Amino acid sequence: MPPETTAPAQDVIHNIGYRNYSGARLGRAYARRSLFSQSLRGAYGLGRSAKSKVLPMILLGVMCVPAAIMVAVAVTTKMNDLPVAYTRYAILLQAVIGLYLASQAPQSVSRDLRFKTVPLYFSRPIERVDYVAAKFAAMASALFLLTAVPLLILYVGALLAKLDFADQTKGFAQGLVSVALLSLLFAGLGLVVAALTPRRGFGVAAVIAVLTISYGAVSTVQGIALARDNTDAISWLGLFSPITLIDGVQTAFLSATSAFPGGHGPGTGTGVVYVLVLLAVIAGSFGLLMRRYRKAGL
Amino acid sequence: MIATESLSKRFPRVTALDRLSVDITPGVTGLVGANGAGKSTLIKILLGLSPATEGRASVLGLDVATEGAAIRERVGYMPEHDCLPPDVSATEFVVHMARMSGLPATAARERTADTLRHVGLYEERYRPMGGYSTGMKQRVKLAQALVHDPRLVLLDEPTNGLDPVGRDEMLGLIRRVHTDFGISVLVTSHLLGELERTCDHVVVIDGGKLLRSSSTDDFTQSTGSLAVEVTDSDARPDGTAALLAALAGAGLTVRPAGRTADGAPVSGRVLLVDVLDESTYDTVRDAVTDLGLGLVRMEQRRHRIAEVFRDEDPAATAPAGPADPAGGGWGAGHQWAAAAQRDEQNGGAPDAA
Ligand SMILES: Nc1ncnc2c1ncn2[C@@H]1O[C@H](COP(=O)(O)OP(=O)(O)OP(=O)(O)O)[C@@H](O)[C@H]1O
Ligand SMILES: [Mg+2]
Repeated sequence: MPPETTAPAQDVIHNIGYRNYSGARLGRAYARRSLFSQSLRGAYGLGRSAKSKVLPMILLGVMCVPAAIMVAVAVTTKMNDLPVAYTRYAILLQAVIGLYLASQAPQSVSRDLRFKTVPLYFSRPIERVDYVAAKFAAMASALFLLTAVPLLILYVGALLAKLDFADQTKGFAQGLVSVALLSLLFAGLGLVVAALTPRRGFGVAAVIAVLTISYGAVSTVQGIALARDNTDAISWLGLFSPITLIDGVQTAFLSATSAFPGGHGPGTGTGVVYVLVLLAVIAGSFGLLMRRYRKAGL
Repeated sequence: MIATESLSKRFPRVTALDRLSVDITPGVTGLVGANGAGKSTLIKILLGLSPATEGRASVLGLDVATEGAAIRERVGYMPEHDCLPPDVSATEFVVHMARMSGLPATAARERTADTLRHVGLYEERYRPMGGYSTGMKQRVKLAQALVHDPRLVLLDEPTNGLDPVGRDEMLGLIRRVHTDFGISVLVTSHLLGELERTCDHVVVIDGGKLLRSSSTDDFTQSTGSLAVEVTDSDARPDGTAALLAALAGAGLTVRPAGRTADGAPVSGRVLLVDVLDESTYDTVRDAVTDLGLGLVRMEQRRHRIAEVFRDEDPAATAPAGPADPAGGGWGAGHQWAAAAQRDEQNGGAPDAA
C-alpha cells in the first residue's frame, strides 16, 4: 500500500472550500418539532417514496367517501338529520382506522429501530423523552387527521343542508373530542406494539391482531352476556378492547348512542371508570415507549 | 478537546473501561484497540449517553455527566454500525439529521449539499441509500456527522468494511476534516497501522486500560532505518548473527527485525539498522563484504508504530501480560499490535475473508 493518501481527482475538482457555519443552532425544542413534523408527514408518505404515499392516501380517501356520500344524500333528499351521528362514524369505520395504524405505526418507529437510526437521534441534543413525545404526537395527529376530516365533511354538509346549526355544532364538537381520544389511544397502542416488534411485517400483523382479537373477544362475550340478559356485564366488558373503550367513554359523556349489543353502554358511574382506564392506557403506552428506548439509546 | 480522569465503566460481567486518564488535544487523534477494548464505550460516555461508573470526563470543556445536550450540539458522531434507512435518499436523510442538530431548514439544505459534495457524493445523493455501496454509505454516515459543522467529530471505525482503496480514500477524507474543515477528530480503529498516516496523536487502549498515548511524530519521526538481509556462508553458518555483531562493533544501533519487519513473519533473518547519516550505508556494505556474506537486500524503511512498540520494555506497558519467551518478551498488547499491522499490510484480509 502506498504510504501517501491519494484523494480521488473528482474531490479536488469540485472542492470549493469548506464553509463554516455560524448561523443559528435552534436546539432541543426545535429538533423535537422537526422530528414531529417529519414523522407526521411521513405518516402520509410525504417526503418518502411515491409508493409509500399510496396506502395512507387511499385509506384517507376511504374514510372520507362515506361521509361525502352521506352529505350528498342529506343535501339532495332534504333529510332533517345526518344518517350517522358524528360520534358513530369512527366506530363504523374502525377497520379502516385499524388498517391505517397497522401500516403507519411500524413505519414510524420500527424503521428507526430496525435500521439502527435511533442512536443517531440520541447523539444529538434531543433526549429520549423528546423522541418518544414527537413520535407519539405525530402518530396521534395523523390519526386525528384521518378521523376528523370526514367529520368536518359531515359538518360542512350538514350546514349546507341547512340542518340545525346549534345541534350540528354540538354534535361535531363531541365527535372531535371522541376522535381526539381515539387518536391518542390508538397511537399509543400502535406505537408500543410496533416498537416491540421491529421486524419487517411483524409489526403490521401484531397491530392488526391486537385490535381485532380484542374487539372480537369483547363482542363475542358481550353477545353471550346479552343472550343471558346480563346487561351490566355488557357495559363493563367494553373496557377490554380499544374501540369499545372509546365507545363507552362517548356513550357516558359525549351523548353518543352505544354500539354495544343491545345498546347497553355504560352509565355515568361506570363511565368514570372508562375514562380512567382510557387515560391510564394512554399514559401507560407512553411509559412503555420510554422504557423501550432506554435500551435502544446506543 | 477531550479529557478523562480515572474514567471507568463496569458492566455486570465486564469492565469496559478501567481508570482511563487521557488528555486529547485538537487535531486528529486515533483511538486504537482490539475488539472489546472499550473504544465504543468511551465514545458513548463522551457523548453523555452512558454514565461512567466512576471518574470524570469533559468534552470541549463541558462535563459529560451534566452537559450532555450542549456537547451533542457541538460534536458529530459516526456510529460503527449501519444506521441508514434504505428507502430515503442521502440528501433527505442528511437534511433531516441537520435539522435534528438544530439547523434551520434552509441552512440544513445548504449545508447538506455542501457536506455531501465534500465527502464525495454527487448525483447518487438523490437515490435511495439502499442501493449504495459500503463506501458510499460510510460517506453518508460521515456527512451526517459533519453537517452541523461540529467542533469535534467522533468517528467509530469509519474504515470498517472498506477495501484498501476505499480505506485510503476514507482516511484521506478524515485527514481533510481537520486540515481543510478545521474540525478536530477522534477516530477509532483496531488497525494500528492505518492510523499512523492519518493521526497527529494515537491513544492505544487494551482491555479498557491505557496502553500508550503519544504523538505520531514520536513514533515515526525518529531516524529512518535500513532493513538488511544477508546469506550465510560456509565460514559463517549464522551470517545474520555475525553481521549483527560486526555492525554493533562499528557503533551502529542494530537489532533483529523480528516478526513484524514488514508485516510478515520473517524469523530473525532481517536486521534493522538505524540510519545515522550517509556513511551508514557504506559501513553496512563494507561489513557484509568483509564477512564474505551475500547481500540479499538492503532497503530504507521508515519506523512504523508497531516497531516502536516492540522496542519498549513490555513490563512498562503491559504489566498483566506474561512475557512470551519466543517473541522476545512481548506483552499481550504488543502481540496484538503486530497482528493488526499484518492485517493492514495484507490489505484488509479480515474483510476479504
Ligand atoms: N451494554 C453493554 N452491556 C454489557 N457489556 C457491554 C455493553 N456494551 C459493551 N460491553 C462490553 O464492554 C466491552 C467493551 O466494548 P466496546 O463496544 O466498547 O468495545 P470496542 O473497543 O468498541 O470493540 P469493537 O472493536 O468490537 O467495536 C466489551 O467486552 C463488551 O462486551
Ligand atoms: Mg466498537
